[in-house]
Amino acid sequence: METSAWLILLCPLAGTLITSFGFRRLPARATGIVGTLAIAGAFASAFATFVALQDRAEDSRQVVYSAWDYAVTVGVDAKLSILVDPLSVFMALVVTGVSTLIHLYSVAYMTEDRGYARFFAYLNFFVFSMLVLVMAGNFLILIAGWAFVGAASYLLISFWYRRTTATSAGIKAFVINVVGDVGLVLGTFFIFRHSNTLDFLGTFDSASKDFASHNGALTAGLILLLVGAFAKSAQVPLHTWLPDAMEGPTPVSALIHAATMVTAGVYLIARMYPLFELSDGAALVGTIVGAVTLLVAGTIGLAVTDLKRVIAYSTMSQIGYMVMAVSAGAYVAGLFHLMTHAFFKALLFMAAGSLISAMGGEQSLDRMSGFRKAMPFTFMCFVIGGLALSAFPLTSGFFSKDEILGDIAARGGGWWVFVVIGYVGAVLTAVYTWRMIFRAFWGEPCREARELEEGHLHHAEQPFNPATGEIEDTQVGFPGPEHVIAERAGEMRGAMSILAVLALVGGFIQVPFLTSGLEKFLDPTFADSRLDLSPSNGLVIVGFVVGAVISIGGIYTAFVIWVRRPGMSTQIRERFSAAYTLFVNKWYFDELIDLLVVRPWAWFGRFDQQTFERVVVNGLVGSATNVVKAGSAAARALQNGFLRAYAALLVVGVVVVAFYFLVQSS
Amino acid sequence: MSVSWFLVVSALVFSIGAAGVLTRRNPLVVLLCLELMLNAANIALIAFARMWGNGDGQIFAIIVMVVAACEVCIGLGLVVAIFRRRLPIDVDEIRELHG
Repeated sequence: METSAWLILLCPLAGTLITSFGFRRLPARATGIVGTLAIAGAFASAFATFVALQDRAEDSRQVVYSAWDYAVTVGVDAKLSILVDPLSVFMALVVTGVSTLIHLYSVAYMTEDRGYARFFAYLNFFVFSMLVLVMAGNFLILIAGWAFVGAASYLLISFWYRRTTATSAGIKAFVINVVGDVGLVLGTFFIFRHSNTLDFLGTFDSASKDFASHNGALTAGLILLLVGAFAKSAQVPLHTWLPDAMEGPTPVSALIHAATMVTAGVYLIARMYPLFELSDGAALVGTIVGAVTLLVAGTIGLAVTDLKRVIAYSTMSQIGYMVMAVSAGAYVAGLFHLMTHAFFKALLFMAAGSLISAMGGEQSLDRMSGFRKAMPFTFMCFVIGGLALSAFPLTSGFFSKDEILGDIAARGGGWWVFVVIGYVGAVLTAVYTWRMIFRAFWGEPCREARELEEGHLHHAEQPFNPATGEIEDTQVGFPGPEHVIAERAGEMRGAMSILAVLALVGGFIQVPFLTSGLEKFLDPTFADSRLDLSPSNGLVIVGFVVGAVISIGGIYTAFVIWVRRPGMSTQIRERFSAAYTLFVNKWYFDELIDLLVVRPWAWFGRFDQQTFERVVVNGLVGSATNVVKAGSAAARALQNGFLRAYAALLVVGVVVVAFYFLVQSS
Repeated sequence: MSVSWFLVVSALVFSIGAAGVLTRRNPLVVLLCLELMLNAANIALIAFARMWGNGDGQIFAIIVMVVAACEVCIGLGLVVAIFRRRLPIDVDEIRELHG
């Protein structure tokens, strides 16, 4: 098991190195194949580890492997160690599995892009970083993986580096992620100060003893860890980077900003569950922020018109569910939703990529309509992904979302507030998902759809930036000249079909009364949990009924508003114009952060540059340089270039010295 | 004959050389004057060698001659180079290396 566990990390690392150093020697397409095979190898290793783990006795399924020590001295135990337990293997399986499919999709999708090899090098590096994060056996490796993931995300968002909107989105994502990194590091300090070990298992084992009299420090540390989790998982108020991150290529959105990286925060909270159970305050903060995020993101999703941003906001909203679940103690439910969400959200993004290709790069829902006949396969994928996302009965999302809300309801009392918020969010989810699908696929076919029905894929006369309309070319640093749609690329169809099947049946791993595969598998990790949330049978059945009614009702509402009565959406918008303005402006979070953080900071920077630097820096440093300058000017005056003057100086000098000795000796 | 006479001659020759170096502007003459200064030193060295009845001073004088020969080689080479580039043959005009 040790070999296969390390191979999970080494495969993507090898892929990164081969694609980034060998791309000049390898034929162009080979980098894509190498990249995909590396991740497939990691998936195979993860699967082998999974099998080996199941062979072990249940109470010895948490193993730490240590490759070498960085610094083991008094009080610090920094090792390169990985923790292999059901949770990390589960995460590794989800990450590598979805990544393999997305790599396969990218092989076709990015064919014409001039940065093909670079794309796969970045993508492999991302998967490596993510696996470091989930396999980490101590806080140090976790922080390293956390920071690597942020860097990989930055590289991939700004992949089209000549697009100014993409580079500024990358910078925004990186800066907000660094805020999270700082939170994570400071939180680690708070915890390490009392636990005196960086090792996860060591910290958890002695947590109840170490923090018995330091509960304040624990809560502070956990809230700082939550800041890290919120930044990475795009939770309010550190979420504004995620919609902007849609500037990256669509496979990147599918992999990083839907299926894997943004779930790192959920993983972190689940991993730290023994600590969160000791601090009710920190757990409550996580639950509340998750609940607020799922509502805020859901309402914005109703108003925005950019196809990818609608899916991005729905991602935020779904991660809000997961954060709420794992903070509230429904660990298995949260991770279950993480898995099903990875399937259907990656599927939706892949289908969106295909649709955007058919539109020649255009992303606005306002310009799309009637693609149903032109793109039957993409349409099918959208419908399956949409059903799972809106928790249609018997799809994967139905079971996972239901389990989250059922488990939280089982805590009773004030926790019912979160259940109600969850169901309100579910209504919003169904409506905005199907608004997107109805607007893109129903109605009169638009020009691009008609062209495609006649067998001609639309291309913009001049490549342009969909966000600003600026004219671009197709050289490196911009998207390539040819677009690829799923209907015409086998690799894309293959990857999407697998995900579509998983999005439909993935939920059957864990169905109340029938199976509980995931719960049994994850049990060794969460065995010590003090919260045993098991909703009563009645609660489960009521949850199923309410969930089904809400989902079907939401889809029907969307159908009425956007298909049956075409003018109705405008009427609603005018009727509730205040709410619409709030939603379409994303609750003014960007403006708020600009006002509270960006502008004071920019003012401080200008003050430093114009006043502080001019007075203090120039005053101190400037006077020192002036002294040196004056001295050198004096020395320079002697070097006048007159050879005879030098000779005279020499003669006079020697004469003076000679006279001195003569006078002395007499 | 007292060693003083030799030293007086040496000092006179040295002073003439130094005055020439300081006052003349033609590099060839400056080089000649430098030779005068070196040979004035040689006279003094040999005078002292004779006074002590010891050969060390003579050896020094020979070394000084060798050095003088080298120096003249380089000096004349520079003069030729200046001439070839049609620069003024005047040490006061060649002053590009000022600070």
